[in-house]
Amino acid sequence: MRPILAALTLTTFLTPAMADEIWVTNEKDDTVSVIDVATQEVIQTYPTGERPRGLTFAQDHSVLYICASDSDTVQVMDPDTGEILHELPSGEDPEQFVLHPDNRHLYIANEDDAITTVVDTETRSVVAQIDVGIEPEGMAISPDGKVQITTSETTNMAHWIDTETNQIFANTLVDARPRDAEFAKDGAELWVSAEIGGTVSVFNTADQSEITKIAFEITGVHPDKIQPVGMRMTPDQKTMFIALGPANHIAVVDAETYAVRDYILVGRRVWHMDFSPDNSLLFTTNGVSGDVTVIDVASEKALKTIKVGRFPWGAAARPASN
Amino acid sequence: MSYRIALTAITLRELRRFLSQRGRFFAALVRPLVWLVVFAAGFRAALGLSIIPPYQTYITYEVYITPGLCGMILLFAGMQNALSLVYDREMGTMRLLLSSPLPRPFILFAKLFAGTVVAVAQVYAFLAVAVLIGVDIPLAGLVFILPALILSGMMLGSLGLLLSATISRLENFAGVMNFVIFPMFFLSTALYPLWKMAESSPLLRDICAVNPFSHAVELIRFALYGQIAPVALLVVLGCGAVFFALAVFFYDPRRGLQRSKA
Repeated sequence: MRPILAALTLTTFLTPAMADEIWVTNEKDDTVSVIDVATQEVIQTYPTGERPRGLTFAQDHSVLYICASDSDTVQVMDPDTGEILHELPSGEDPEQFVLHPDNRHLYIANEDDAITTVVDTETRSVVAQIDVGIEPEGMAISPDGKVQITTSETTNMAHWIDTETNQIFANTLVDARPRDAEFAKDGAELWVSAEIGGTVSVFNTADQSEITKIAFEITGVHPDKIQPVGMRMTPDQKTMFIALGPANHIAVVDAETYAVRDYILVGRRVWHMDFSPDNSLLFTTNGVSGDVTVIDVASEKALKTIKVGRFPWGAAARPASN
Repeated sequence: MSYRIALTAITLRELRRFLSQRGRFFAALVRPLVWLVVFAAGFRAALGLSIIPPYQTYITYEVYITPGLCGMILLFAGMQNALSLVYDREMGTMRLLLSSPLPRPFILFAKLFAGTVVAVAQVYAFLAVAVLIGVDIPLAGLVFILPALILSGMMLGSLGLLLSATISRLENFAGVMNFVIFPMFFLSTALYPLWKMAESSPLLRDICAVNPFSHAVELIRFALYGQIAPVALLVVLGCGAVFFALAVFFYDPRRGLQRSKA
């Protein structure tokens, strides 16, 4: 009996990702927390470099890339063991990044240097450095991989970069302090959130023209506190969820009409979010309250809030491996 | 058999009396709705600071005070019921009832039960409006709270009964009602959770923690989410039994009549 139990225990703990997981960076704790999607509990915490913020998995989820902002590096972690495998040259103060659909090139925003750094994750070398506006932060890449977007917080622009030439081919003005960009509708639209402006601009990617600008209003919340940051579009491309920072709410926006359908109360200073691998749940990182709120995507209601480390920032899903 | 007839008759009389007084019906509905719509609206984000059971995530203030307002309806209704007892006693209807062959505790229980049925109906009318105006409460919870509402309603009704047993004149009762209702309501967990009270003073928190009305509210709050609050349940049952026993002990149907004759 005992050897069987031991074998069971071993398989339980050593088999990679038995369950769907959400990984969250904790900015102040220098850790990542791993949440089991099924039980909605933290099952693991791993140490990282200083001030981890953006994080993303390789397409096969075999490695996790983490922006360790204050360590001036991008760390590559084995998600099965939590071990840091190696580091990538990232340029100074990497805050956010995006992985090219080729699964090889990382586009990293270097906030202090006003540069977007392109890193080859295989050769672990810098391929290009592109001068962008001051304090670059929001990073997005079109589904076909041809256009990369960097938003610069102080220049208040979205920079459109051609990934073949690594040159900026267009700049579009948005409201103050753009912090996140998301392609939507198979790359036909680009959404850019402006934190201080309190708006989200939607662009037509074909000609970079502005389609609309979305504003927010929550009863009982001062307009200054409405600071849009992270965004996530449902896979059916019908609904955009937008984190409103210190307004402590997630806005639910109808992607067809661009009308705000609802506001969902979450923890304090909500930054970013990601869907569970089956897309039924949305996990938001609430920086100041140090927790993650689970939202049911179908009913658009908050179900539960889970304590993680101090100042959770980024979120990324990892499906159970078969 | 006669017990059942008496209970039904008294309950129906109480319901008919309530329904015929439209003003009373709307007053009972408007009072908590004003709290919900006017008072809670300004605090939408104010309470999203801490997660306390039975809640699993952050809630808006209107969600928090809804069980408290259910309690408020039961509390007002309990007192209103007691007022009608004093009135019945002064008018002689009560003496008629108490001269029936049924035991006095049963008659008082029937009056208490009838009052609670009316109060619970008011709570459901309030909850229906609350759901309609978009307060996010679980619909299944509307079924779960029924036993909690009945128990809390009986406890608060017994308190009213006890007060009516000890107060001789109709005129005095209004003052006493205010003296009881307001401290009970404000010094409870109906409007703010205990941790919020503790921020202003630990003494205030302790008063709130021992207030039976707090336990009635918490019993309703947990029931709304399909959970049982064991301590609240015991306190509500215990207080209800003690208040009712004392009410029966003190009850003197002739008191009001004799005094008004005198």
